[in-house]
Parts: sequence; C-alpha cells; structure tokens
Amino acid sequence: MAFREQTWESYISNASPEKWMQVRPEGLYCAPADIYIDPHQPVGRAIITHGHADHARSGHGEVFATPETLAIMRTRYYLKDETAETGLAYGKRFDLGHGVTLWFASAGHILGSAQAVLEYDGSRVVAAGDYKRHPDPSCAPFEVVPCDVFITEATFALPVFQHPPLEIEVEKLMRSLKTLPHRTHIVGVYALGKCQRVMKTLRLAGYDAPFYLHGALKKLTELYESYGQDFGEWIMVSDIPRADKHVFQGKIVLCPPAQINDRWSRRFEDPLPTVASGWMQIRARARQKRAEMALVVSDHADWGDLIRTCEETGAENIWITHGRVEALEYALKQRGIKAKALNMIGRDESVE
Amino acid sequence: MDKFAQLLDDLYFTNSNLAKEIILTNYLRATPDPDRGWALSAIAGTLSFDLFKRNVIKSLMMERMDPFLFDMSRDYVGEMSETVALAWPQSADPVRLNRLPDLHEVIAEFQSRDKAGIRDYLILLLDNMTPSQRWALLKLGTRGLRIGMSARSVKLTLAKMKKVDIDVIESIWHGLTPPYLDLFAWIDGEAELPDLSDKVTFSPVMLAHPIDEDKDLARISPATHIAEWKWDGIRVQISSNGTETKIFSRKGEDISGSFPDLVSSVNFNGIMDGELLVKPGGELGSFNDLQQRLNKKKPTKALMEKLPAHIIAYDILEVDGHNLRQETLSERREKLGAALSENPQTRIDISETLPFKTIDDLHNLREKAAQTGGLIEGLMIKNTSSAYVSGRPKHAWYKWKRDPFLLDAVLMYARRGTGKRSSYYSDYTFGLWSEDGDLLPIGKAYFGFTDEELKEIDKWVRNHKLQRFGPVQEVEKGLVFEVAFDSAQESKRHKSGYALRFPRIHRIRWDKPASEADKLSSLKVLVGT
Repeated sequence: MAFREQTWESYISNASPEKWMQVRPEGLYCAPADIYIDPHQPVGRAIITHGHADHARSGHGEVFATPETLAIMRTRYYLKDETAETGLAYGKRFDLGHGVTLWFASAGHILGSAQAVLEYDGSRVVAAGDYKRHPDPSCAPFEVVPCDVFITEATFALPVFQHPPLEIEVEKLMRSLKTLPHRTHIVGVYALGKCQRVMKTLRLAGYDAPFYLHGALKKLTELYESYGQDFGEWIMVSDIPRADKHVFQGKIVLCPPAQINDRWSRRFEDPLPTVASGWMQIRARARQKRAEMALVVSDHADWGDLIRTCEETGAENIWITHGRVEALEYALKQRGIKAKALNMIGRDESVE
Repeated sequence: MDKFAQLLDDLYFTNSNLAKEIILTNYLRATPDPDRGWALSAIAGTLSFDLFKRNVIKSLMMERMDPFLFDMSRDYVGEMSETVALAWPQSADPVRLNRLPDLHEVIAEFQSRDKAGIRDYLILLLDNMTPSQRWALLKLGTRGLRIGMSARSVKLTLAKMKKVDIDVIESIWHGLTPPYLDLFAWIDGEAELPDLSDKVTFSPVMLAHPIDEDKDLARISPATHIAEWKWDGIRVQISSNGTETKIFSRKGEDISGSFPDLVSSVNFNGIMDGELLVKPGGELGSFNDLQQRLNKKKPTKALMEKLPAHIIAYDILEVDGHNLRQETLSERREKLGAALSENPQTRIDISETLPFKTIDDLHNLREKAAQTGGLIEGLMIKNTSSAYVSGRPKHAWYKWKRDPFLLDAVLMYARRGTGKRSSYYSDYTFGLWSEDGDLLPIGKAYFGFTDEELKEIDKWVRNHKLQRFGPVQEVEKGLVFEVAFDSAQESKRHKSGYALRFPRIHRIRWDKPASEADKLSSLKVLVGT
C-alpha cells in the first residue's frame, strides 16, 4: 500500500498541524476538510474512531468510520436513514477534499476501533481515540503509525496503573468458580467490547459451560459473531425460568456493571458480584461498587504503554485529550517530548 | 507470603462475615505453623511490633519515583501503601528470588536486621512481588491492616474450628501470644488447653435480659432483688494479678492502652465488673465525652486530665485468687465493698443500690432516669441469689431501659446495603428542619423495619431519586421516618450540631407530609440542652 512505502521522515515539514487541527466546542476539528473527530454534538461531517457512546453519537450528517464501527453505530441507532456513511477498512486511503487524506489504523480498543490518520500539506496527525497495547482476542491489535502529531487519551495515565495480563485476572475467576461452586458469578461488563473480550478470553482459558447474558449484551455479541468471533454457547438469562435458580450456580452470568447488585441480580441464588474494569486496580473503587471480586480488565493503555506509544510514534508533538492529562503531559515533557493538554470536555471516564 | 497475600485479598473483597470465617478457616487448616499464627496475629491486630517504619517506604519511593507523579498517584488512590504497591518502580538490576519467603521467614528476617538491612530486604521483597503481595507486605509491616474482619470474628472462627463456645476462646485469648503454637496444637487436638493461670486474661461476662414488663415485673420484689442505675458508659472488666492490670471490653477486647490513667490507679488482685465512664470537671460525663477517649489508642496527657476515666463497679468475680462466681450476688457485693474499702481505689466507686418497696417505686426510678439527658439509660434489676454465669442466664439480671426518644425525621439520602441487601437501598440518612427551613442530617439507620417495609422503601427511593454522590443516592424530601434513639448529644462533627445514639427506624410515616416533620428545636427540647 502506498502509505507504507513512504517513510515517516518524509512527512516532517514546517507546515504546522496547529493551524489545520483545532479544538472547537464540538470536538477536535480538521479545518481544511471541515470535519470533526468524535464530536460530542451533531455536526455536518464526523470521523468516528469507535462505537462507545462517548465517542460515537447520533445526528451527524456524514460519518466516516471503519465498517465494523458503522455496524455498531447502526445497532445502537446512532445512524439515521439520511446519514451519509463512508466505511473505510484499516489502511484504505480516502480523499476528504481540499488536500486532506484520511485513513484508519487499528487501535486495539474494541472491534472496529481505529486511529484516525489525517495527512495534509506534508504533515501527518494521528488521533488515536481510545487504544490499548495488551493483547485482545476480540479485536485487531494496535498499529504504531509514525506521525508528526500524536493525539492520545490519558484515561489511565498514572504510574499506579500497570494492567496485569488478562490471563491472570481470568484465572482468578476460574479459581473462584471452583472454590465457590454454589455461587452465581455475576460479572459486570460493558456491553460493547469488554463483554466479548472477557468471554473470548475465558474460552481460551478453557471455560466451556454456557455463558448467561443480560438482555443488554445480546445485540452487540451477535454483531461480534457476524464478524467471525466465536464465543461458544451463550444463553439469555431471560430464557431460563425464574424458578430454575440452580441453573446459574457455579456459572458465569454477564451483565452491565450497574446490574451486578441491583434489582436484576435478585433472581440469582447467592450471587457473587464481580466487576471487570481497569478501575478495579484501585481497591476503594472496587469496594465502592460493592464488588466481591475485582477483575482488572482494561481496554485502555496503561501508564507504561501510554508513554511507550507516544515515544514509538516518533511524534514531535503529543496532544492529550482526556483522562489524567496532567500526569501524562508532565511525564512526556520530562522525556523531552513536546506535550500539551487539549482541555477537551465531554468524555465520560466511567465508560470504557 | 504469597498465600498470606492471597488470604488478605480474599478477606478484603468478601462482604459476608460467614464467608470470611470460611476463608480464614481454610487458610488456618491448610497452612503450617508458625505462618498461620503470624497471619492470625496480623488479622486480629495482636502484632506488637512494626517490621519497618512508614517513613522508610516513603523515602524509598522518593528515591525511585518523581515526587510530582507520586503525589498525584497517592491523591488519586487515597492512601500510601496501595499507591506504593501499585506503582513500585523495580530496581534497575533487581535480585530475583526463586521463591517468595514464608511469612515467618519475612518476620524473622526483618527482626534480625539493622536499619540499613531492613531497607535492603524491603527492596528485595518489593522487587519480587505482585501488587497485591506488596500491599499485604506494607500493611503487615506497618500494622495497618484493615480488611473488615474484627478480632471478635477471628475468635469466633477459632471457636468454630474447635467446636467450642466463643467464651472459651475469649477466656484464653489474652494469655496467648503470636504465633500461637499452643493454641493451634490444642485446636488440632494434639495438646491440652494451655495453662494460663498466671496470666491476666478475660472472663466472659454475664449479661442481662431486657425486661418483659408484663411477665417479669411480677417476679421482682425488694426481698429478692436489687435495683441499680444503668449508666450510659461501656461495660468493662478490670482484671489484675497484682502486678499487671488490663481493661477488657464486654467482648474481650483489650482496651488498656486507651486508659493508662485507670490502669495505673488500680491497686487490687482480682477481677471486677463495671461501667466505664469519664469524669470531666469531677462530674460523670456523657457517652459522647467517653467516646473521645475510646477513639484514642494513645491518649494525650491533656485529654486524660480533661476526661479522666472512672469506673462504677457492680460485681466482683475473683479476689486474691479466690473464685467468687458461684457465690450469690449479695455475697459478691459484700466482698466487692470490702475489697474497695480495704484497698481504696481513686478511680473506682461501687454502684449504689436504689431503695424501692414497690414496683411503682421502680417505675418512678425509671422515670427519673429519663430526666438525666441520657446519662442514665434506665435501671438494672438483679436477683440477689444469682451466681455469676457468663452469657445471658434467664431471670437473673434484667435491664429496663427508659423509653426511647422519638422524632419524625425526613429521609434525605439512601445507600445500598451489603450481602443479601446489596440490591436494596437499606441505609438511610435522615434530617430535621432548621429554623431557616433547611433540612439538616441528624443520623443514619439501617434497621428497625421489616423485610416487607424494606421493599417498599427501596421502591420509593428508586422512584424519587435526585442527585447521586458516588454510592450515596439523594432522594426527594418526601418520606418521613419516626426515628427512635436512646439519647442525643451535641456534636461539632455534624452539621446539625447533634449526634444520635443508637438510632433506628421505629415507624414509616407514609401518611405524613415532610413539611410536618420535626424541627431541630424539638431535638433540643428532648435532650434538654
């Protein structure tokens, strides 16, 4: 492909991305192409990095995203009949007009998640959206794209966030199923991405009983399956008669995090509330969620990976969108990398 | 050490007490001596030494980590040990251990080293540990374990393991020392109960039944019973062998450390039972005053002078090595009086008996107790022929509390409970109206209602949500609880200026509009302040 033949050095020029990439109230804005990246208000043209609700919203006139992200947005009713859609597979270049080229590189965050690569006037800006470097069997791995400006998130940008390998966390769950076989292990997961990653990893670890799913997880799991993911047998909780509580004992039930100890969980006998999230590294957070088991499962880059990634892109400038911005900015500057906070608003840290 | 860290993690994240007991039992059965004894000691809070000081950890971090990033991390995490456990920067060239040392090896190693050696060993361990192992080590080393398991439930676990009453464990507990080899030998059936006759130990106490006015009043007469004030302090046992003195709480917790003024004043050989209070300005103080002493593990001299500890003694179990438990209350009281006059005690008074001829007299006394602003909780009525029996024997001692105070308060915040109640909003904060028409919180309660009522309140909360503050849900000001409580004290820590003692939900006033709930001024009248 054409872009691979060019070395990133060839993009270094005196043209300042500061001039053509701007922060506007609606979000990150590419002026010459008149297009926003993950805007949090309806706009005319939008590039959407991935399908999570704080990045993908409804009401845009024209949407550019990977085909998977478009499918997710359709499933979540973020796209209307009149929305113009352009699906771009990873690596496929598209001329946005006025000399701006767009292509997507995988971000390793969830299915279809992408870094938006914008090239203009001899310089290249990469807006990474949300991303992670840890392996994830449910989506394509992160790809390092050399660039002049790398726009990064900072959700877990503190030295205390060093995410353990997922296998260790899944092993915790498997061990608990063995030692507490009478309890229903209710695992709180976000419907998009976390749910599928956890299921897939459990299958790889040898868990072979059916998964029981809350209704809110169904459509997106089916969508993942339509892209070739295999989660083995899963059954809707609502398909099991209310009286058959024993069915769930010693099994894994997946539901949105808010449900693990809310009214919905009353249908289970002796439930064991578990939360799978990157925040679970902090004990007080886990206690606050009343989780009895805390699985550290993050779909974001941890502290080490954030810094490593910023370095690997070779970018002269790092712009930081959301999260623990101050710490990352400080640490990058200490390493002699120019970094600045974009002071973006509207990202919800509790959604991963 | 890895098993110990695993144990702490399991206990920390488990909500149910029963499940915690099972987890601890499994660990104690599967772990050899002396590790299990050290673990027990760490959890029960009986370790008497730090392995290292907190400032050693701090200085290690300052050498290894940018101070700005460390401060940001600690602010985010909320405490130092966990921050260090998570963010520990590995040494440039770390020494790798083939295996993590056992708990007892860790303890012995730290104790055998000098200051510089302690530092090196700490680095070695931290380099070789996972975050949760590091957390366990740091908490163990600085004796800062808070995993939600009380010394009481540790003892209960041991009692269940040996299939004996918890009293048995409590009566030997304070004579035992970590790593409890003799205790476990006994539990495993390999040795007899250790001989602790020369140690100052706790004797399980005798408890009273709440009086059943309809049935029990008829059993009472001045010929067979005595009446005493029921003071609003805490029940304690003063145990001394002439050289060493300990103060135990009702549940056998050693609280001597909080009351050195009392301990040093004791001058007899025996075991007394009584109520602990404080005497600010030479007068008996409220429970609120006492609480300031209870919360201090090491009280300052100034605090002890302001709030000197005082005992009102009402029973004696042993004197000069003689067991008095089988004697009658009349005989014991005589010996208590004799002991106190033989060796006058500066901080111990005998509990006076209240003369009465008729049951009406008792009613009047109880009424009088209600006028003391909470200082006296009611009456104790005791059968003079009763022996001292631990537990709650029938018809021996009665407690007759004065009626609780009642107020109509408005529900302000609710939060979900734990365990079986984790899906229900079952913990309530309620308030009274100020003169300015603001609602000010006066207390929290999470019992007093039936399961059916809980479901209804839960539904009401869900339908009347306002803002959320983390786990705390603010609700519309529309539901009135009739709240019962034993006393109220002025308190600077509460915005309303009051703290309630033992508040519970007495009735749910579905019928009452919130605007008609009580004002803060009615609380003032009730407590007579």
